[in-house]
Amino acid sequence: MSQRKDYVRPIDFKHGRIDMTHGAGGRVAAQLIDELFARAFDNEYLRQGHDGALLPLPTQGRLVMATDGHVISPLFFPGGDIGSLSVHGTVNDVAMSGALPLYLAASFIIEEGFPLGDLRRIVESMAAAAREAGVSIVTGDTKVVEQGKGDGVFISTTGIGVAPPGLCIDGRQARVGDAVLVSGTLGEHGVAVMSLRESLEFETAIVSDSAALHTLVQAMLQALPDPTLLHVLRDPTRGGLATTLNEVARQSQVGMLLREADIPVLPQVAAACELLGLDPLYVANEGKLIAVCAPEVADTLLAAMRAHPLGQGAQRIGTVVEDANGFVQMETCFGGRRVVDWLSGEQLPRIC
Amino acid sequence: MKYIDEFRDGDRARHIGANIAAEVRPRRSYHFMEFCGGHTHAISRYGIAGMLPDSVRMIHGPGCPVCVLPIGRIDLAIRLAMERGVMLCTYGDTMRVPASDGLSLIKAKARGADVRMVYSAHDALKLAEQHPDREVVFLAIGFETTTPPTALVLRDARDRAVSNFSALCCHVLTPAAITHILESAEVRQLGTVPIDGFIGPAHVSIVIGSQPYEHFAEEYRKPVVIAGFEPLDVMQGILMLVRQVNAARAEVENEFSRAVTPEGNLAAQNLVSQVFELRESFEWRGLGDVPYSALKIRPAFAAWDAERKFDLQYASVPDHKQCECGAILRGVKRPTDCKLFGTVCTPESPMGSCMVSNEGACAAHYAYGRFRDIPVVTA
Amino acid sequence: MVELLPGLRAVVDLSGVRKDVSMDLVSDAQLGDYVIIHVGYAIGKIDPEEAERTLALFAELSAEQGAA
Repeated sequence: MSQRKDYVRPIDFKHGRIDMTHGAGGRVAAQLIDELFARAFDNEYLRQGHDGALLPLPTQGRLVMATDGHVISPLFFPGGDIGSLSVHGTVNDVAMSGALPLYLAASFIIEEGFPLGDLRRIVESMAAAAREAGVSIVTGDTKVVEQGKGDGVFISTTGIGVAPPGLCIDGRQARVGDAVLVSGTLGEHGVAVMSLRESLEFETAIVSDSAALHTLVQAMLQALPDPTLLHVLRDPTRGGLATTLNEVARQSQVGMLLREADIPVLPQVAAACELLGLDPLYVANEGKLIAVCAPEVADTLLAAMRAHPLGQGAQRIGTVVEDANGFVQMETCFGGRRVVDWLSGEQLPRIC
Repeated sequence: MKYIDEFRDGDRARHIGANIAAEVRPRRSYHFMEFCGGHTHAISRYGIAGMLPDSVRMIHGPGCPVCVLPIGRIDLAIRLAMERGVMLCTYGDTMRVPASDGLSLIKAKARGADVRMVYSAHDALKLAEQHPDREVVFLAIGFETTTPPTALVLRDARDRAVSNFSALCCHVLTPAAITHILESAEVRQLGTVPIDGFIGPAHVSIVIGSQPYEHFAEEYRKPVVIAGFEPLDVMQGILMLVRQVNAARAEVENEFSRAVTPEGNLAAQNLVSQVFELRESFEWRGLGDVPYSALKIRPAFAAWDAERKFDLQYASVPDHKQCECGAILRGVKRPTDCKLFGTVCTPESPMGSCMVSNEGACAAHYAYGRFRDIPVVTA
Repeated sequence: MVELLPGLRAVVDLSGVRKDVSMDLVSDAQLGDYVIIHVGYAIGKIDPEEAERTLALFAELSAEQGAA
């Protein structure tokens, strides 16, 4: 007589929802990990099946680690979702040190009642983003909170990468005379997301620019005769270009002078911002970077960026100047000069 | 963007700037007041002040509806949200205005009050229809431009019998504000605030027309030029004022002729008078009590009037002792004259409303003009 | 204005970005007209002739400049 194998009913992704048992660590939780997360993220480290992943140590260079929490709402938007965003965001944070991102850890906090179908969409999107970026999601965690205590799902990702020796890229390295470059048009992510939010609806063809930038960074480093001529790399996410440049100015104790006419913004994004009373300089980007470099290599870097699919719209937008107060100033298209200040609070659309 | 880009063109700006520089008389100074939030913003954002000759000075008047809203009114809204559990809907700018007890609407929200930002009055009514079990109150602020939308929404609420919706009406009137400033001691008797002319508001004038300003030109002998809210409009408006002052004329001229007519938008005006009537008196931040300067909801719409519905009693609350918002709104002082400016009072921790709205004189100066206060050494 | 909607609303288009707004205050506006929007409501129309006239005004040479 043959032995009857235990029959485990597969997860119902079509109609099922997350409930408290999925976070309890028992059989139901294990099945979710098996059938969803492990299957989607599959790689040799994950297959080890430990609580922590055993990873090889790099033989040279330095480790770079970065972490990001993702609480975006809505979860799905034109050009991406919270899953792909969480991969790109952390990959980019690691890449901004000039490092090659290798491994990601992902932690999920899911609200009771969240549709399993949506969770699968998000997880598969993360897996695709990770594969495309050449990183492995090697460890993770899942918790469930009661209904009403979460916003669908929150995802936290931590990334590890290796920076080759000899680089010196950080926010304190900007020097007077350096060129300020941007890799492409601004404002798309923020506007794409706002187009879905309650009470700010409109139809546009604007798509989030969410993307992994590490191959662009590698192309930039390889084009340089001496990689130490690249001083700062930052991705202008929350708070936009303005906030990021103010951060760098403050850390490096310098000022900046930008030319508005050189700052690239798509006409539709400009129009959307016009309708909403927003300033594109303060709108979030998820697939762009700012580079501050020695002036003599500005053209070389621009050429390298433009040759890469994610840097085709690269422009030089300004220069680092001496300024103990750390002001970021801008020559407006109109002809006058103004200060581009930090964002205060959340960017609120104007009424009058 | 049509009708936008052409009015922001740098070449034309330089041309008008040159005209202004050529026409200002030597040894004469020109002080012009603008009281339109859009103008304050345009002047700051495009760096217009730096493109004018030194003898032309722009004074920011009380054109920002958030800035002239007294603390006591915000307190009413906060209390409704925190103590009466209403869903309080408001425009974005209002959320950060500091009120009593260290609160603001956004801080009240952090403490659990249901405060929602809406982009239009229409959205507030929609929320009321979506949540029939909740009381929804719309904090209705703004000058004559923002009043017709509130009137529409109240009319719709009545027509659709939405009983859980009401508005807390804080709408104010522009001409009353100008009169008050012109009648103030500083202007009339002391002469400490020389005002040679006014740049008339853009949006407000679309609604009320250019006719209401004739009164100021005649009675007070001050020229008024209504200007559009694009930077070229503002510069041309300033040029036209300079010309009037030079020629000792005091007339109403309309630079914004593409959108403003003498009678304005009559449909909007009629709608407003159906729903609202004048308040005998209303307190303005910085100006004190101003007669016949604000609106309240008519008895016919009493069921949608939050003040009646919730039996609200207004209590005046004085500003922080060292806050100069009042003087700044009247054009008597500049942001940099306020002891709190840039130190205790910043956009992150505003002490007064002039710092909250980015049309407020202090916020505008902090964001865009501060660099002129401190000498900057360029490379 | 690019599309009229029921209930005195319309779709306006600014460089390809579309938003639906109320036309209650400018009920005589037609398709193709340009309107000024404030907090989700059209409050007035733009007169194309006056717009051209204003642009021409900007370009005027001032009398003083010529004399100097």
